[in-house]
Parts: sequence; structure tokens; C-alpha cells
Amino acid sequence: MKPFTAFESKLVPLPKNNIDTDQIIPARFLKTTSKEGLDKNLFSDWRLEPDFILNTPRGQGKQILLAGDNFGCGSSREHAPWALTQFGFRAVISTSFADIFKENSLKNSLIPIVVPADVHAKLFALPEDAVVKVDLARECIVLPDGQEVSFPVPAFSKSCLLQGVDELGWILNKADAIAAFEATHPAMINTLA
Amino acid sequence: MSGALTLSQKVWNSHIVREQPGEPSLIYIDLHLVHEVTSPQAFSGLRERGLKVRRPDLTVATTDHSIPTTDRSLPILDPIAAKQVAQLQTNCDEFGVPCFGVHSQDQGVVHVIGPELGLTQPGMTVVCGDSHTATHGAFGALAFGIGTSEVENVLATQTLLQRPSKPFRVTVDGQLKPGVSAKDIILALCAKVGIGGGTGCVFEYTGSTIRGLDMEGRMTVSNMSIEAGARAGMVAPDDTTFQYLHGRRHAPKGAAWDAAVARWKQLPTDEGAVFDHEVSIDGNTLEPMITWGTNPGMGVSISGAVPDPHSIVDALERDAVMKALAYMGLEAGKPILGRPVNVVFIGSCTNSRITDLRAAAAIIKGRKVSPNVRVMVVPGSQDVKRQAIAEGLPEIFRAAGCDYREPGCSMCIAMNGDQLQPGEYSVSTSNRNFEGRQGKGGRTFLASPQTAAASALTGVVTDVRTLF
Ligand code: SF4
Repeated sequence: MKPFTAFESKLVPLPKNNIDTDQIIPARFLKTTSKEGLDKNLFSDWRLEPDFILNTPRGQGKQILLAGDNFGCGSSREHAPWALTQFGFRAVISTSFADIFKENSLKNSLIPIVVPADVHAKLFALPEDAVVKVDLARECIVLPDGQEVSFPVPAFSKSCLLQGVDELGWILNKADAIAAFEATHPAMINTLA
Repeated sequence: MSGALTLSQKVWNSHIVREQPGEPSLIYIDLHLVHEVTSPQAFSGLRERGLKVRRPDLTVATTDHSIPTTDRSLPILDPIAAKQVAQLQTNCDEFGVPCFGVHSQDQGVVHVIGPELGLTQPGMTVVCGDSHTATHGAFGALAFGIGTSEVENVLATQTLLQRPSKPFRVTVDGQLKPGVSAKDIILALCAKVGIGGGTGCVFEYTGSTIRGLDMEGRMTVSNMSIEAGARAGMVAPDDTTFQYLHGRRHAPKGAAWDAAVARWKQLPTDEGAVFDHEVSIDGNTLEPMITWGTNPGMGVSISGAVPDPHSIVDALERDAVMKALAYMGLEAGKPILGRPVNVVFIGSCTNSRITDLRAAAAIIKGRKVSPNVRVMVVPGSQDVKRQAIAEGLPEIFRAAGCDYREPGCSMCIAMNGDQLQPGEYSVSTSNRNFEGRQGKGGRTFLASPQTAAASALTGVVTDVRTLF
């Protein structure tokens, strides 16, 4: 994982609540055994509409998706953040995120940014060429008028992202604690039996 | 009373490997279920780092999502699906993980086989790269879905970094009326709190109606916790739980059984424990439920009407309802009863167990399904299939004109060719009615097995009580 640095981008607005992971990447594209090539199927069914934003210049080359409430609900598929990051997104801004999507995103350097409803509305009202800065180190976004809006990010995830450390490496270093726990926690099952 | 804990808090506390300020907790996992769709990239990750599976004895894999539900002696025709299924077997062989493959006598939908093999037990932590892992919470396990990175973490370390969810009590009291089932309880909850209502929470289901459900009904309820945003849903273990588990292949035996039951009896929520949220549902007045829209929270009682967006104040909300109605081809304010359907799907980890098939068969027995409807009945596992044969259920379904198939996820997720055509309507016993979930352009009404069976007979959305 590369360390996450601050960046600026125009916004790609998707003003719809409850965008589920079946919309982000439909299940028929989950038969793959790799992580690659998912970007071409991002929002696949919506992209059948020629004027869907990702088909227009406004949807190209941007790094911030601005979405309605409860983004990423439904299935646990990590293919959703994989497809979004492969398309170029590095942050999604919403008023709320589904739990599993949020966790999956943080593990893939896609920042789920929760903002209050008034800021959310203000962002949707910005002109097309407005640029917003995402500064993870300071846990804030900066609007074109200079307004800084802080967003919550778990301290641990933040430090992993800024340092480019992945969780598994961190957990593997705790092997002693895991072994000690196992010694006091007998298994209830043996699937090999 | 201080120190009083809820069921979910007790299970969480007993699995903390490490807890430090500023860090998520490191949580131990007692059972890891694996399937073909969300695991290949995790096994690749292990290979890249030269890691092993730490506890293959706490891990089990099956293939369910992308396999056909047609004759299992035939090869898988879709080359991409065939490769994915073969990859699961290769990965399991290489890493020593037991795998119930296509030809296994134990194959089935991952959330159906865990409980039926006795692998899912009270007080456990259970994970799977699948959001309906909440199903296993019916046993008083803390069970939740994870992403593929987390699948890799659990394979390698048997642990996960997690933040605790807030306890959310869902109380259902009263006697369900004939024709009303567990599915209607959970659809009513989704409609009541909305698709994001349980975000950040674990539902703890309680009340006399829940206590009165058998284990399969409790699994149906827990299964769809995620559809109301909760990562997990739990029911405290009781005699119903113990009776279900006793004698199952992986359940404790002899003295170990008695010791386990004694421990499990400590799990129910303590008197005075505090919940962050509470909601209740009146079981006495509950009607059969059905969804009209494009998320599971968009539901009404079967005799109700499709909502009218003009009565909704919030602009995004109104827009969502209008878009859902347009996608579903429904008119605002009109009843749902009597809407023609093209397909009926009885299956999925929500409603493909033996009691679900029995309930549907009881309605269908001795009748014919409508000639306008394609009816697919898909048992959840090889074990359910065997029980159904022993009870003569396949004959009942086939004599009525249903297509009775091999176990798998099938049209719940429409990855394997079992799918709706654009514009088709289905009454489905599965758990998601998102746009395109059951096939591109397909339109799903979620309902109980009874409602699905009744609609299969008439060819229109039907209140099963009119057929009693
Ligand atoms: S039956 Fe449906 S919801 Fe259940 S595991 Fe399979 S695809 Fe997921």
C-alpha cells in the first residue's frame, strides 16, 4: 500500500440515497478470481444510460465521488471499493456509509468521508468546476470558499493509511498474543475431523 | 445495574485477544466460512506473502454462489464460473481447508450448511465473506460479514481488527396469525427502521414471538439483519437452540455437551443491561409483508398500497421512491395484490430450509401453478434436498408444475444463469430486491415462502390466507 497523501479534485455527484453494492458492481462480474479489470464494470447497469455521469466528461479523471445517504449498503463484496479505486476514486463523500463498505474502503485507500447534512447539501450545490481538497492527515476537507469541514476517521485506520501499512502485517506481529489467547480458548469444533 | 451485559457484549468480550487505546480490538474468530466468490483474492494474498492458513480446523469452504442448479453430473458451462469453482478447490487443497465442493454430499448455501452440520454454536464468533453471515446469530453467535481483505486476515491469523457494534434491541411480542411467518417479521423490521436503520449496530431479537419461532424461523430473521443495516443479529440461545443442535455432526458430545449447555445458558442478556436503541413490533397484528421497491426497506403489508411519492417531504427520499416505482413499473397509490408475476423463486439462505419448503409445499400440494409463471424451487443444501425427498416434497412441487432444482444460491444473486429477464416480475423468498439483483432489469417482490407459493398458483401477487 502506498502512503495516502492529501489531494484536490473536482466532484462527481451521484445524488441518490442507499446506493447498494449491487449497483456499484453487479454480481455477474464477481466470477473473477482476480482484483483486476473491475473498473470497466463500475456502475455497469447505470452506464447503459448514455447521459449517466460516468459516461460524460464530468465523470472522467476525478477522484471524489459525492453520493447520497447510506452509500455502499447491501453485499459485503470488496469488489465495490476495488472497482471504485481502479476507476480513479480516492474518496467518497456522503452523510453515512454502510458498515462493511466503510471497513472495506479503508483497507483499500478509499476514504469514506462523512459530512453533516448541511455540508452535504452545500457540496451538491457547488458549480461543476469547484475543487475540494481532501486532507486525511488533518482529517478535513477544504471547500472552495476555504471552509474546512472535519470528518471522523478511526485513528488506527488513519495511521495505517498515512504510513501505507496494511492491517495484516500489523496483526501478524501480534502472533504471540494470538497464541496466548488460543491457549485459554479451546476450539468448539474441528472441521477436519 | 452496572456490569450488566447484553448477549452481543458477552460474546464480544470473551473473544478479545488484545485491546489497546487508539486501536480497534483484535477479536478471535471461532468459525470461518469460505465460498468461491469472495475468497480467491484472499488465497492469492496468502500465496504472495508465503503465509499458511492458521487454523484450517476452524475453517470450512463450500461452493454455492456461482454454481448451476441443474444436473450436477454435467460440467459447468460458464467457463468463468467453472474456473472460479475449480480455483476454490485448488486453494482449499493447497492450504488444507476442508471443502464441500460441487459433488460433496454436504454442499449447500454457506449459511444453510453451517447450522445443519452443528458448526454454528452459541457464543461463537462466526465470519464469512458474505453479508448474510448474520444468519448464524440465530444461535446466539456473533456472526457478521467481512470483505476479502478481512477473509485474508482471518485465514492467516484467525483474528480480525474490529470496533464493537452498538446493541439494538428488537422486541417482537405476540402470537403470529396463520399465514404470517418469520419472513414477515424481518420485512416489517426493514420497513420500520429503513435500510440504514441498524447501521453501526447489532440487533438482539427478543420477545415472545421470537422465542416461539423454531431455529429455522430465527435464522430467517437474523439472516436479513443486514438489510436493515445491522452487521449482525442475534437471538439468545434457549432450549429450542439446544434441541436443534443436539446430535448434529459437529455439536459437542457426552460430558462436553453438558458443559457447553451450562456455558450457553450464561449467554442471554443480563437484567438491566443497556441498549443504545430499541424498537418493537407487534406480532399479534402483523400481516404478511411484501416489498414494492428496490431495497428491502421498501415494504408494506400485503393488502397495502404502493406509496405515493407526492406525500413525501424530503427531496432525495421522494426522488428515490419515484425512481423505484419507475424501475418497478408500478403506479403510486395502487394495491400490490393482484399484480401479475412471471417468476416465483423459493430459495436462498433466507428461506430454503426444510421448514420453508414444507410451508410452500403445503400450499401447493394437489394444485397446479399458473401456466404464466415459471416457478423455481431451490433447496438450500444437499441435506435439505435429502430431507425433502424423504418427505415426498419434490413430487408435490413437480406435480404442480414447479422446476425443482439442485442446491445453491441460484436466482438470489443471479450469477449462475438462473435469472429474470428484463422487465419480468418475481415474487422471491430471497433477501434483496435491488435493481438488477435477480437479473438485469428484473423486478423483485420479496415475500415469505407462503406468499410466494400462493402467488405461484394464481399468477398474481396473492394473500395466502385467501387460499386457506
Ligand atoms: S443465497 Fe443469496 S444472500 Fe444467501 S449467500 Fe447466497 S447469494 Fe448471498
